[in-house]
Amino acid sequence: MKFLLKRLGFYGLAAFFAVTLNFLLPRLMPGDAAGALFARFQGRLSPEALDALRRAIGISDGPIYEQYWHYLRDLAHGDFGISISQFPAPVIDVVWTGLGWTVLVAGSALLIGFVIGTALGVLAGWRRGGVIDSVLPPSLAFIGAFPYFWLAMGLLFLFGFEWRWVPLRHAYSDGATPEFTFTFIADVIRHAALPVFTVVLATLGGWMMGMRSAMVAVLGTEYLALGRAKGLSTLRLAWKYAARNALLPNVTSLGMSLGFVLGGSLLTEVVFSYPGLGFLMVQAVRSQDFPVMQGLFIMITLAVLTANALVDVLTTLIDPRTRSREA
Amino acid sequence: MAAASSRSGSGGFSVLGLLKTNGRAQLGLGILGLFVVVGVIGPLFIDDAGNYVAIPYLEPSFAHLFGTTGQGQDVLAQTIVGTRASLFNGLIVGIAVVMLGAAVGVTAGYFGGWIDDVLSLAVNVLLVVPSLPLAIVIAAYLPPGPFTVGIVLIGTGWAWNARVLRVQTLSLRERDYVLAARVAGEPHWRIIFVEMLPNMGPILLTQLVGATTYAIGAQVGLEFLGLGDVGAVTWGSNLYWASNDQALLTGAWWTFVPTGTCIALVGFALSLLNTSVDEATNPALRVERSWRVYLKKMGVLPGMVTPVVRP
Repeated sequence: MKFLLKRLGFYGLAAFFAVTLNFLLPRLMPGDAAGALFARFQGRLSPEALDALRRAIGISDGPIYEQYWHYLRDLAHGDFGISISQFPAPVIDVVWTGLGWTVLVAGSALLIGFVIGTALGVLAGWRRGGVIDSVLPPSLAFIGAFPYFWLAMGLLFLFGFEWRWVPLRHAYSDGATPEFTFTFIADVIRHAALPVFTVVLATLGGWMMGMRSAMVAVLGTEYLALGRAKGLSTLRLAWKYAARNALLPNVTSLGMSLGFVLGGSLLTEVVFSYPGLGFLMVQAVRSQDFPVMQGLFIMITLAVLTANALVDVLTTLIDPRTRSREA
Repeated sequence: MAAASSRSGSGGFSVLGLLKTNGRAQLGLGILGLFVVVGVIGPLFIDDAGNYVAIPYLEPSFAHLFGTTGQGQDVLAQTIVGTRASLFNGLIVGIAVVMLGAAVGVTAGYFGGWIDDVLSLAVNVLLVVPSLPLAIVIAAYLPPGPFTVGIVLIGTGWAWNARVLRVQTLSLRERDYVLAARVAGEPHWRIIFVEMLPNMGPILLTQLVGATTYAIGAQVGLEFLGLGDVGAVTWGSNLYWASNDQALLTGAWWTFVPTGTCIALVGFALSLLNTSVDEATNPALRVERSWRVYLKKMGVLPGMVTPVVRP
């Protein structure tokens, strides 16, 4: 428990850092970014929008600690300000629309990639120098060297444009209404398939190599030799004995690479015009919608921190050593 | 940096020896060398890659080997000119990332105590905060351009290096020669720069390779989003324009395939280089490799043990 509490405290601190950075960014930037922003929007926006902008960036005449306090209070109430480009939609509403799609794509890509990659790593580590071990790592490393979004462009071109197997863009067909029916869910899956596949393809090599080296480390241990001497089947030995113990480092790296995978999937969304957080963020950048941009940053960061905390809980569950370390 | 690492003796590691014996390192350096030559010499033969040369979206032909873009520019010329900017910026950012990471990591590891606590906390926080969204938000506030991209990537990319070097420093700090230097009253900066850093040569080298890979990839990513200078010709802006001009929907695959392949080849070459430097400096990996080769020669299937002696 103490270990977990310490980790949770750390995530709380990290969240606090992100929130504070978010507050400071517009104030720290050279050449009075906020002033320039107002100058640019002056006359183009209604007075209410300008006021919303001022409030979103937190520019008021009060001293900075007072501004900070107001900012924190608004945030705690889920008030991220008002969107400029979609005035007067609250930022929080815009962010919510994207969160589900990103969790869907990045989450399933992470899960599928991790499971397949880990399984491949077990096979490769078990039969070092075998077919899987000599063919897959270099080819996956080569694929992994392409930027995610470029892979997305290539796959979209092949599967979407040339062969027309999958839709070209968006999360569901135009005209479809979101509802809990089989047709709609199938439609969503068809749209998500390629983005998910892209991220899985790009990350597979990493999971595989991580698991492979963890397997190699476990293979020399004596309990495996004992198991073999007892005449356990190879299958049981590989999966129940070796893989189970080798899994831990890979689960730990799952937590650490979350942010990285998410970053890649955000770029992938842009290619597919998939309405998740990444696509929204790029739109916000292009339309200079700073409140939305900052709201998205906070939301993405909080999502990653939460996922990290979950991985930590998972680690304590599957590894008794982390639990005993507290004693 | 290469010179420093070839002098330092950890496991008899030398760049030349690596080149002579390791096929992967040869391949990696070969590919990289080709791109460096293209990047340095290539642009001299090209007038201006942004010029309008032919009708937009011409398929690859003898006149325009890689075809033309949606704005009638020569894709080959753009790829070549982009090579220079992207490699150069990537290397500069890579060097800066390693230097910043080394400064923080070594300081934290060497001084320990509250300095270590504070710096480690900063490093760990930066490691969990997703770096791409952070980079985008910061870059959006700055004027778009290569300088912004560089600063943002340096600011968000150094944490991992700092972490690794901190651990390395912790283990070096207790070595006899460092303790001796301390007893002899050498100043801290001298112990760090003269005694300890040269012994981290190989690690710094792999970090430089890794950081450059990161920098090239992340730079292309930010430029693809339009946060770089979209008027300049770089690999990232090539892809930005390909996507902006709807190349995908017109079937103009040649506008994005060459640039992407170049990025992947450079990334692949760098990772080959990294694994072979790793192999050369990590005895366990080196032994395993030579052991496998030896077993193959003797016609024996590799078993499941990790060898501890060299054949």
